[in-house]
Amino acid sequence: MFEVSALNQSNKRVEKLYRILFLTMVVLLVAPVLIILSTLIMKGGSVISFEFLFSNPTDGMTAGGILPALIGTIWLVSVALLVSVPLGVAAAIYLNEYAGDNWFTRIINLAIINLAGVPSIVHALFGVGAFVIFFGFGTSILAASLTLAIMTLPVVIVATRESLAAVPMAFREAMWNMGATRWQTIRRVVLPNAVSGILTGVILEVSRTTGETAPIMFTGAAFFLPFLPEGVFDQTMALSLHLFVVSTQVPGVPDALPYGVALVLVAMVLIMNSVSIAFRMYLRGKKKW
Amino acid sequence: MAAVEEAVQPAPGTGEDGGFDRRNTDWYIDKGVQGFVFLGGISAILFIIGIFVFIGKEGLGFVFETLDLTEFFTSEYWEPSDEDAPEYGILALIAGTASVTGLAMIVAIPFSLGAAVYIGEFATGKTREALKVLVELLAAIPSVVWGFIGLSIMNPLIIEIFDVPVGLTVLNAGIILGLMAAPIMTSIAEDALKAVPDRYREAAEAMGATRWQVIYKVVLPAAKNGLLGAVLLGVGRGFGETMAVLMATGHAVNIPTSVFDSVRALTATIAAELGETAVGSDHYGALFTIGIFLFIITFIINLLADLVVRGVRKG
Repeated sequence: MFEVSALNQSNKRVEKLYRILFLTMVVLLVAPVLIILSTLIMKGGSVISFEFLFSNPTDGMTAGGILPALIGTIWLVSVALLVSVPLGVAAAIYLNEYAGDNWFTRIINLAIINLAGVPSIVHALFGVGAFVIFFGFGTSILAASLTLAIMTLPVVIVATRESLAAVPMAFREAMWNMGATRWQTIRRVVLPNAVSGILTGVILEVSRTTGETAPIMFTGAAFFLPFLPEGVFDQTMALSLHLFVVSTQVPGVPDALPYGVALVLVAMVLIMNSVSIAFRMYLRGKKKW
Repeated sequence: MAAVEEAVQPAPGTGEDGGFDRRNTDWYIDKGVQGFVFLGGISAILFIIGIFVFIGKEGLGFVFETLDLTEFFTSEYWEPSDEDAPEYGILALIAGTASVTGLAMIVAIPFSLGAAVYIGEFATGKTREALKVLVELLAAIPSVVWGFIGLSIMNPLIIEIFDVPVGLTVLNAGIILGLMAAPIMTSIAEDALKAVPDRYREAAEAMGATRWQVIYKVVLPAAKNGLLGAVLLGVGRGFGETMAVLMATGHAVNIPTSVFDSVRALTATIAAELGETAVGSDHYGALFTIGIFLFIITFIINLLADLVVRGVRKG
């Protein structure tokens, strides 16, 4: 009764064929990127040295290191985080703990989706119109970081919201039964249980912010500054913009230099993402409920 | 009567002695926090409105006073720095953006949907997890790095393979943009496949359907709105991409007739020219007008994607 029929066999062949077809697609999707990454490592690896990371660019950016760009990126990301993390976490708390399922919440969700979907150069125009000109910050770290913060706000909101939603409702109900207010419940039970999930989102946001170029081009990042920024009203170099500059704007740059800059940038972003992913998996494995 | 009234203690916080009252303080803190997180919640709306207001403030004056909208959309000449008769036509820029995005979608749609089907339906256990992580990492590579790859790896490759004089073309930017958009589309498409309830698959398998028959006849039709949403978001992403397109298209104002033509994109024009325009000049206004146009287009695409994806949840 369960003998393998001709139909079964042909089905099996077709099945195998499709499986291979789709596997090929995955491979074709991933392979070019792996080739590109290995090219970056091969061509850029030779440039990377302690001196490259910790010295100033020299000879009209055709030699020397990337220190001011590295420090500048750290400035930009830190100031952006100071704004986007509290705001994003507050937004996520509102959406997950307070908001009802109504038209107003849908509009907020739509706004978040759009904030993530608006082209980065439009965020740059907004940054110029709002922070540089209207609020009078000039082209400064503050203006660039605020632009970055608004642009990457959805990353924090989405990640925080997910980790808040993962805290079981029963935890909250238990607190409410004891007479705790909503805020006491959130502070004592919901946030402590969600904080590591929020952290993975923050790491993800750091990675996103590090790589962004267009939003900072006109709001606070400079092509070349031989000194380090001293405050939020200074301009600064940034690693992402530095890659654009040395690969398109400066004549006579040795071939390997932009590869080195690209490699540092990609390595920073990928390491942060990997940490975030590993952290997330670790948490998933640890979860007790 | 009196005994009953005595039994009902006044609730803490309503006492008349006016002393320090713990619940009252907590109640106020609670309300304060609620107000603060509400502000956070509406901040996204405020920012979207803010983006429109501030771009409009810089651009709309030019639109209403100087700009000839017919010329703006139908002229293929973008010559803002011509001193006698500057011309602001974005037709060629739209053609540039559309051709690059179109080619990117031809590259990205089959691979991302195919990869999503493999990851979501064929792969299991550790393979699936590993592939998902890989796709997530691919999506994280910054756009300026993609632009650099187009410039320094793809460019010589295209010149050599196709024996053409210039490698910074629609083909280059299209492939780069396709590779960039594919991981994101894969993630969203895979979510759409995951949203199809397992009982659909089990029912089909119980009827003797093979894995492929289940996918083709049951899962894909059930997930089609989500997949369409993934494609739309990919289009939106392609439309708005700036740095990669700036570096890989060749940046020549041109209506392309083949994939080996250099073009210039809407986003790239803003990125390349905003730095050299005087605040408040016509050129400056024209760049902000392109920004308004981009904002409206991506808003519509995102809205459509949201409606399409929500269609799945309801159905």
